[in-house]
Amino acid sequence: MVEIDGMKMVQTRAILSYIAGKHNLYGKDLKERALIDMYVGGTDDLMGFIMRFPFLSAEDKEKECAHIIQKATSRYFPAYEKVLKDHGQAFLVGNRLSWADVHLLEAILMVEEKSSDVLSEFPRLQAFKANISSIPAIKKFLEPGSQRKPVPDDKYVETVRKVLWMY
Amino acid sequence: MSEKPKLHYFNGRGRMESIRWLLAAAGVEFEEEFLESREQYEMLLQDGALLFQQVPMVEIDGMKMVQTRAILSYIAGKYNLYEKDLKERAWIDMYVEGVRDLMDLIRVHHKLSPQEQQKNLALIGEKAATRYFPVYEKILKDHKDDFLVGNQLTWADVQLIEAILTVEEKVPTILSEFPLLQAFKARVSSIATIKKFLQPGSQRKLPTDEKAVAFTNRIFNRR
Repeated sequence: MVEIDGMKMVQTRAILSYIAGKHNLYGKDLKERALIDMYVGGTDDLMGFIMRFPFLSAEDKEKECAHIIQKATSRYFPAYEKVLKDHGQAFLVGNRLSWADVHLLEAILMVEEKSSDVLSEFPRLQAFKANISSIPAIKKFLEPGSQRKPVPDDKYVETVRKVLWMY
Repeated sequence: MSEKPKLHYFNGRGRMESIRWLLAAAGVEFEEEFLESREQYEMLLQDGALLFQQVPMVEIDGMKMVQTRAILSYIAGKYNLYEKDLKERAWIDMYVEGVRDLMDLIRVHHKLSPQEQQKNLALIGEKAATRYFPVYEKILKDHKDDFLVGNQLTWADVQLIEAILTVEEKVPTILSEFPLLQAFKARVSSIATIKKFLQPGSQRKLPTDEKAVAFTNRIFNRR
């Protein structure tokens, strides 16, 4: 839940949409929005697997890790690599930074935490990653001491289960 | 030349149904190409028509759109079922996402074993009655308007009426404690475009059954 502008907002997608819209990260028109929404939908699906991962049993984790990497390298990364290749621009939509770029960078970094060479077949995504990471606000967020959270550990999982009665 | 949107999906509800609802509510005619064989699906893949190798896919305004939410957002924005104001949009987004969570429970229902279905039915009833419908009842109660946001029909209302009717198919008495939602249901059902969609012969699909599930599994090579 995010308290913002007098609202108590819930629903991750709604919150992200609002922030993107408010801070000019949502494209300039309906069609650019549509592209951003599509791309974000893909990275959201991919990150969904990773988000649920810490809550799996040790046995399921092994299988799921392979599944995540497979999906990333055969379904999602090829799609974004192609988008970047087709228009040759540095950003996914409208030749400027949008929510889609931020979301994709987050997804790339998260998948790399599972398998560090996952971008080896994707030169444009490698360039994209370097490029977006160097944007000052994002660079700052990637440095130690920022509010970015570490990979979930057992303590995190236990806390979530306890608070939400998720057993 | 304005072409009709073309929907690519199975001849069943699944993830495409909300899109059919929204187009219908907006009074937009659409065409459908039903996925009926593995070969058809592979052709779509080979043509590069499916960005993430998935359906739903909707051909609209020169785009091959995928991702249900993206498609719904676009339709809502284009046909005036969204709000211009950022905050009103935020409310619509929140309401729509809440309904979606509930609908997801129903969407997977027929994939479950009979035993799991029993449990799922109870879960659907419980979540609808204690988590979701009370929220929408309260919204209507607090502002006393006919619609959820901005005193006009929006995507949020269309999504909610779809959810109400879909839950009622599983739990017929689900609205018994929610008088305002009952009134909402009657009111929104009687809007001309929606009334038409609710009549036999429309493009609204029947509830998913086991045959449909087996069929879908074959196309996606699932066990």
